[in-house]
This record gives sequence, C-alpha cells and structure tokens, in this order.
Amino acid sequence: MGTIWRISGPLVIAEGMRGTRVYEVVEIGEEGIVGEVIGLDGDRAVIQSHEETLGLRAGEPVRPTGRTLSAELGPGLLGSIYDGLQKSLLALISDSGEFIRRGVKAHALPRDKKWDFTPVVDKGDAVEGGDVIGTVPETPLVEHKVMVPHGVRGRISEIRRGEYTVEDMVAVVENNGDRREINLMQEWPVRMARPYRKRRDPSGLLTTGMRIIDYMFPLALGGKAAVPGGFGTGKTVTQQQLVRWAETDLNIYVGCGERGNEMADVLHSFRDLKEPKSGRPLQEKEIFIANTSNMPVVAREASIFVGVTMAEYYRDMGYDILLVADSTSRWAEAMREMGGRLEEMPGEEGFPSYMGSRLSSFYERAGRVDCIGGPERVGSVTIAGAVSPPGADFSEPVTQHTLRIVGALLSLDTSLANKRHFPAINWLTSHSQYVTAVRNWWDRFDPGWEVTRAEAQRILQKESELEEIVRLVGPESLPDDDKLLLLVARMIREDFLQQSAFSEADTYCSPEKAGLMMKTILHFHEKAKEMLDAAMPFTSVRSSAAVARIARMKEIKNEEFADKVKAIREEIDGSLGAEADRDDGTVPETAETKEGVTP
Amino acid sequence: MKMPRTLFRGGAAEYRPGTTGRKPALHEDLFVREGRAIKKAGGALLIAKAIPGTQYNEIVEVRLSNGTVKAGQAIDISDEVTVVQVFGGVSEVDLAGTRIRCKGETLKLPVSDDLLGRVLNGMGKPIDGGPAVIPVDYLDINGEAINPASREPPAEFIETGISAIDGLNVLVRGQKLPVFSGAGLPHNRIAAQIIRQATVKGKGENFAIVFGAVGISYDDAAFFINNLRGTGALERAVAFVNTASDPAIERISTPRLALTAAEYFAWQRDMHVLVILTDMTNYCESLRELSAMREEIPSRRGYPGYMYTDLATIYERAGRIEGRKGSVTIMPILTMPDDDITHPIPDLTGYITEGQIVLSRSLERGGVYPPIDVFLSLSRMMKEGIGPGKTREDHNNVFMQLYAAYAEGAYLREISTIIGADALGDRDRLYLENADRMERLFIAQRDDEKRSVESTLDIAWELFSRLPEEDLKLISEAFIAKYLPENNRTGGDSA
Ligand SMILES: Nc1ncnc2c1ncn2[C@@H]1O[C@H](COP(=O)(O)OP(=O)(O)O)[C@@H](O)[C@H]1O
Ligand SMILES: [Mg+2]
Repeated sequence: MGTIWRISGPLVIAEGMRGTRVYEVVEIGEEGIVGEVIGLDGDRAVIQSHEETLGLRAGEPVRPTGRTLSAELGPGLLGSIYDGLQKSLLALISDSGEFIRRGVKAHALPRDKKWDFTPVVDKGDAVEGGDVIGTVPETPLVEHKVMVPHGVRGRISEIRRGEYTVEDMVAVVENNGDRREINLMQEWPVRMARPYRKRRDPSGLLTTGMRIIDYMFPLALGGKAAVPGGFGTGKTVTQQQLVRWAETDLNIYVGCGERGNEMADVLHSFRDLKEPKSGRPLQEKEIFIANTSNMPVVAREASIFVGVTMAEYYRDMGYDILLVADSTSRWAEAMREMGGRLEEMPGEEGFPSYMGSRLSSFYERAGRVDCIGGPERVGSVTIAGAVSPPGADFSEPVTQHTLRIVGALLSLDTSLANKRHFPAINWLTSHSQYVTAVRNWWDRFDPGWEVTRAEAQRILQKESELEEIVRLVGPESLPDDDKLLLLVARMIREDFLQQSAFSEADTYCSPEKAGLMMKTILHFHEKAKEMLDAAMPFTSVRSSAAVARIARMKEIKNEEFADKVKAIREEIDGSLGAEADRDDGTVPETAETKEGVTP
Repeated sequence: MKMPRTLFRGGAAEYRPGTTGRKPALHEDLFVREGRAIKKAGGALLIAKAIPGTQYNEIVEVRLSNGTVKAGQAIDISDEVTVVQVFGGVSEVDLAGTRIRCKGETLKLPVSDDLLGRVLNGMGKPIDGGPAVIPVDYLDINGEAINPASREPPAEFIETGISAIDGLNVLVRGQKLPVFSGAGLPHNRIAAQIIRQATVKGKGENFAIVFGAVGISYDDAAFFINNLRGTGALERAVAFVNTASDPAIERISTPRLALTAAEYFAWQRDMHVLVILTDMTNYCESLRELSAMREEIPSRRGYPGYMYTDLATIYERAGRIEGRKGSVTIMPILTMPDDDITHPIPDLTGYITEGQIVLSRSLERGGVYPPIDVFLSLSRMMKEGIGPGKTREDHNNVFMQLYAAYAEGAYLREISTIIGADALGDRDRLYLENADRMERLFIAQRDDEKRSVESTLDIAWELFSRLPEEDLKLISEAFIAKYLPENNRTGGDSA
C-alpha cells in the first residue's frame, strides 16, 4: 500500500507503490476513489483519478487492486444506465440519492436478480473460449448467449438449468484436473479489444430511417462514421435518431461529456418509445452510458472504452450492434487535460501526441467479424462518433484525425442548421465509402438505386454551380431548363433530404418509401423537361399541382406510401400535359418496384 | 477606491428583529494548522513548505505581516510543498512574516430563506448594510452533480411575452439558455423584460430570482437591482454582486454562490428559480488569468483547455429532478468579443447550454428591439415545451414555416443587394417583403409589451396570409384551414 505524495487536479502521485503495474486500478484515499496508474517512476506511481480529488490530503493511503480497468459483462446490461466507469446510475440513486457522491460503489450487474438459464451443451462436451453453453432471455428483445470465457478450455463436467444470479455457478469445465466454474458474468479489460476469428468487410445497410443517410450516404454494418458539426447543428439529434431506428439487434449510447438534460430526454423517451416490430419498449435493446460534462473528466476517457467493450461482447454472440459516442471531442479533451497535468510535450492545440492513435484504437474496434467459438456466428459493431470542432472549424486536430479513420462522413453544416434545414447534413461535403457494400441490399427494394442516387447527386452539384450564376444575374434570367433544374434540386433538398426528427409521420422513413420518393421527383423532372421542350412555359410547370403534391409526400405513412404515390404519379402525368402518352419508358417502372422484387 | 454601496442598502426585505447573524462558532481553532515557511511568492501564487493535512482545493487564510487577511486556495499539494493561489494577488506578501492558515474547509455559502431580499458580494458577504444571514445550512459552493438518471426532462413552457423567444426559441423550466450579446447591445433591457414578464401558464407557484453580477459596471448592477425593486420582485430575489472594481479572482466564486443559493431554493424549498448571470465573459477572462498565473498550457486563444468542463460545472446545475417540485433555470448573459460567435467563450458556452439567444447588431441598427437574430438563436428544449395543452397545436408547424419563409427572404435580400430587387420575380418579391414584415411585426415589439403566445402565433399567420398558400408546405392542411386568415389570402404567383 502506498501513500499520496502529490495532488494536482485529477493527477495524483503516490509513493511506496513498487510492484504496481501501468493501468492497474488503485483506490485512492480513505474513501477509496477509483484511479488508474498511468506511469511509474521508481517507487512513485502517477495516477489518473476517475473521480474528484477535492479534499484529498497528502499522506492518505493508496491501495493497488491488482486489476486493470474492466467491464462486467453478462445479462443485466441491457436497459441499464451507467456512468463512465460502468457504475449503475440507478443503483447510485437508491444508495446515495439524486446527487452523485464521490467514492460510492455500485456494481454494473445486479447481484440479486435471477436469470433463467437454458443450457445448450451437455455434460462431457468439449468446449473452449467463445463457445456458447447456454442462453438467458435478457429482455424480450434480446436473447443473451452465455459464452465460455476466453482462455478456458476442457470438458463440461457439470451443467445446470434454471434460475441463477450472475455470480452463481451454471457450469464447470474441467481440463486435466483443472476445474473452472463458469457463471453468467465475465470481466474484460476495457482497453483491450476482444478477439475474433476473422474480420470481414462491412456489408449490408444499417437502416437508420433517415433518408439522407440511408439513400445518399449509407452506413454499412461494421462500418465507422463521423458526425462532426458546430454546436446546434444536430449531432445529438442525429445520433439519437440512429439508436432509435437502426435495425440492429441492440445499441449502445455513450453520452460522453455532454448535457444532463439531453440524457434525461433520451432515457425518458426510450422508456416510452416502442420498438416498431415487437411493440416492446426500446430501452430493452439499449445500453446507456451517461458521463455528463459536469462529471469527472478522466472518466470520459474510460466511458468510451467501457462502451465499446460491451459492444464487442454482444458482437461475440453474433449480434449487430450500433454504438454512438457523443462526443468524441470531449473524450479527446480529457486526454488533453491529463496530458497537461503530466507536463507532457503537447502536440497540436495542446492535445497529446498519442491522441490520434488513441482515437484509431477506439474506431478500430468497429467491424464485422466471424466470432470465436461455436456455433458459427457473424457479428458486427458499427460506430458513429460525434465530433465537436471548436468554432465549427473542421481543420482542428480531432476532426482531422477522425476523418482519416472513418469510412463515412456526415458533415453537419451551421448555415443549414441556422435556416432550420434538418438534418443539417451537407450533401456536397458528406461522403460514404459504403455505397458498394450496400448496393445489393438496396437493389432488393429499389432496383437501380445507385444510378438514381448518382442522378440526384448530379442535380445537387449542378445546383451549386448555378447558384453562383444566380448571385450574379438573378434567378429570372436563367434559361428555362436551368430554372427547372433549380426547382428539382429544391425538391430534392426540401421534399426529400429535409426530414424532421420530430414529425410523427416522417421521423422514420422506410428505405422503400425513400426510394419511391426519389423516383417520383426524378420522374417529375423527366416529365417537366418534356413539357418545356413542347413549349410549356416554366411558370406553368412551377405552379402545377404536382409540385404541391410532391411537397407533401413526406407526410404519407410508410405503409401507405407505395399505394398513395400512384396518385401523385398520375397527377404528374396529368398536370404536365396531354403529351404524356408520347412517353412510356420511365412511367410504369415504379409500379413494379413497389413489390420490391427485381425482374 | 471603494464604490458607493448605498444603492445596495435598504433594498433588502425587512430584517427580522433579533437576528444578529453571527456565524455559529465552529470549533475552527481545533483544526487550524498554520504554515510559515513560505519559499516563493509571485503573481497570485505562494509556494510554501508542505502544510501537513492540507486538502486539495481547500480554502485557506493568508495572513500578511501587516495584518491583512486574504483568502487563498490550495491548488497543488504534496509532501514537500503546498501551492496556494491567493485571491487578490500576492502584493505585500513577505516571505518571512506571512502565515497560511488551513481550516480544512472548501468555500461554503450560508443559506436560508433569509437570503431573499439580500444583496451580497462575490464572496457571499452582505453588502446591503443588513445583518449577516442566519443560516440553516452551509453549502459547498461547488455543489454536486445531479445524477443524470434522476433528472426530469424540462418541459414546462415559460411565457416571456417576447415573440422571437416564445414563438421560435422557447424557454422551458430547468433549461440553461444564454443570451449572446455584443458591447452596447440591449441585453440588459431584454433580461429585465424577461424577469418582469416571465410566467408559467396557469401556475402561481413559489418562485425566486437569483442574480449574479460578474465583473459588470456598477451602473449595470444598479440597473438590475432597481429593476427588481421596481417590479416588487426584490423580496423574492437575492443578488450576488461582483462589480468591475471588485477583485477579479472573486468572479470565479460569484456564479457558484448564485447557483448554490438557487439550488437551496429549488431543491430544499420547492421554488422555481430563475438565475441570471451577467457577464459571463468576465468570468472566462478571470479563468484565463488564473490559468496563466498557474502557468498551465493554454488551449485556444489563451483560454485553459478545461474551460468547457469548468463552465459545464456551472451551467449543468440547471434542471429538474424527478420527484422534486422546484427547478433551476439559468439565463447567463455574455458579450461576444468582437461580436464573434466562434470566439471560445460563446463557442464553448453554446456547446454546453441548451441553445442561445443571439443579439444582432444589424437589427439593432435597423431600429428593431429586441434585436434577436433568430437564425443564430436556438432553443434545444423547445419541442418539449410546445404543442397542444402547452402552447397551441399549430406551434411546431408555424415555427418551421416561419423559419423557412424568413430564410428564403434573407437569401433573396442578400442576392438582391447585387442584382437589385427588380431582377426578382413576383414570388421572390413576396418573400423579400415577408422578411421585412417578419422583422417589423413579429420580432420587433416594445419593451413593455407582453404578448401572449397565441397572439405571437396569430402574427405569424398574418404574415403567412401574404404568401402563396401552396408554399405553406410545412403546415398541415388542417391547420391552414383553421388558422389562415381568409381576408388576405392571395392566389400564389399565378395571380
Ligand atoms: N433531424 C432533426 N429534425 C428536427 N430538428 C433537428 C434535427 N436535428 C437537429 N434539430 C434541431 O437542432 C437542435 C440542435 O440539435 P443537436 O443535435 O442538439 O445539436 P448538437 O448536438 O450538434 O449541438 C435540436 O434541438 C433541434 O431543435
Ligand atoms: Mg449535442
């Protein structure tokens, strides 16, 4: 046991610490607040404290625990709300009230709750790390697979069935007389990635219900995305929408150094919101980490790793998990704060030089993998991290490092947000590498998606070029086909890309609906071009009833869309003149796509 | 050198007879430890031979040999040295005669209902000529973080009577919503109007106002206190005043004292508390000064890297707690250096607060009061606070449509400065006109004009009635049928 020698903010130096290891967890002071050794110098240990150090004195004891910072993994994680060190915040309320006291301890997994364990192996079966030995219905939405901890192998000499707590023994594995009891819970050091058998490429659309993401800048299962933006541009709402609607098996929301009221809003709404398919409360497939901005800074650093460790654990069961982290910038700032106290040589803008590699070590834990152990399973972790660049200036180090790592960029734009164009994702500067990874997936719903998507992007690109001319000569002096292009671009922006998270009918848009919406707009474009060619004045095109119908397309419910869009089609063909019969190629195509079958 | 304090005198609610307000005798002397061996003094720091038992961040007394007593804080402690930051600087400190007395205390505020009606300084000492406050408790001014899982999401609409706020950037109980202003803009007038007018529909509950003046001019502090007195709100208010001439270091504690008082009223006395803190830019300047004295590695523009977290520990004290009746709503005011919203002070604040009300110099020049730039302004808690039963069913639709139409007008205004308004079509001209009407009729109002949220929404519909009806695509057809005034309807640009 050592004693405190120096205290400066979250930095504590203890002496008499010979024998401790880097990253060993220590308990500091009489209250035993949690710290982590981050450096050793003779018999002095440099410790970062995950809790407030206010009121500590030199000479107070420091106790090494022999453990590294680990997460508890087992049934009971889903629906829980943790702080950055995986203490259950609900347990803390019952222990110490509505305010967070320092030094209070709370387990991540409830110790008294019993789980219904059903074995899937028999006595005598040979097992090794990663093998599933049984299941527990963790929530009505997620079946928890109990796996043999890594490093254990042998034959099952005992297996039980029935109600057990996480600490009860449910199986025994024996190997040459070496007896290992297995229970429903295991631990894993959070800074170490959990192993897998083989990495695969990201593949399959991670459906989010946001048109601009699913249709324009898709995320693939196992992918990595960044959501940078100045304050008020929609990082948090976007991430909340992702965990709300993503068609994954479960999600992890890491609130890292952000607002308490926002967390309260998420927690409450997930209690009330229902998972669309089962009608069960959404929180049954979510884990929350709430380490708000006024909570200890150093624990922000841990919170991200705790989150991703839990994600990997469920991945290993063969599930698809989405983890969002709001905001990775606050996490990086925690590193800067420690770096500053250690008087390390600062890198760019005061961030420590290892900030970039620490960021990649987090994002690298995303991926789609073949899991270790039997039966064969494929699981994935997709990560979407918010970045909060100072002054909304993307050239700053955290944004720049992140952009080098991620495969998709949803770039939030202050000027769009100011106009209340939401989601304020800039369609000219965002990108996604996952277009090819999701092409097959899209083709099931919307044959030719890649082509239509490219056409929409072309129109938006052209609009931005015309925009410069408009600023010089005014909109009225453009030729009619350019005016039409601007009208269609506006339709794409306002009637397709814009999507209020708070509109009941539009908050979630099915990929089918999104596909049909875009096809309808482009169909309008085709028809209108013909009319202009046939000498219809542009003003008549603009004031045609079809324009107003397209403007209200979003309000149509997902399940009614395929049906109701037909009327809009007819409106387009009708109001854009009698000559419509000249054409027969483009019109009927969507009638087929509604079935969602490729010819 | 002292400012006249008469203004702050006599404003307090009646003092109850018989209260002497002496701090109850603590057994302080038992625990006092003294350090004499000062090794170094400079800037605001004293480095002394370690004083055993000193707690990290504890408040200490620095006694100079000439008898002056200063407050200080132990900011770095070890077995060898204790580093003390001296509030008010180390001038006149001599290495031989100065003593550091440690009492094992962090800064505490004595609280009780007697605080209401009082004016205190930035260290929590009465400056209104009244007696000391008889405390029922001493609260650590740093407070404790609210467990996020016990928070109740804020959702109660506060009607401020100001259209640009109630219509477009709604304030709710438990929110932290700052005013981003610029030198010379009427932020004080707006804050005073909000204090006068703010009500929650159909509720006559217990409320309190906590005012924290942080390094502002004596006149500005006087303006607020007179305003409180004028509306009779002073007896429901407590003011913590640190003026420009008071020690800058005390600005670090002023907002914390204000919030400690607010938390006492909200969480222990079930009151709805509105906290006004002005000018938080001065707070940040003090923070930077301190950081420089500590020779810390600066982040952007010399502000410390922990400024985000530091400000968060202040602003996150706003909120509601499940099962408790009271609430803490914070409206900080700050002036943006150079009117630059990307400056670290407004920038970090915007990353912490639940939106911001931004004032615009160009609207102010155009004679618009309140000159609120609704594009840059935002209330993140708005969606919870509006709708049927709270404001009106059409509120969300009206809000979105107002923004869309105004944004279109603002864009056209921008391009028409180059190409001239004549080069615009008829439809575009309607939008250009609408932007002007928006500013003159909707945003602008008198400072004694309290508009109900219904009349705010009705003005919006009046604006919409001049636009082509088919353009109102962000409003449901049912609301158009119900609220759009018939008389002025136009037929769109084909008309
Ligand atoms: N998709 C959206 N739909 C509707 N409103 C949105 C959307 N995204 C953002 N907003 C609005 O913008 C505000 C700020 O968004 P938020 O996600 O909190 O920003 P950030 O986290 O980037 O600071 C929200 O309170 C909401 O009013
Ligand atoms: Mg946010």
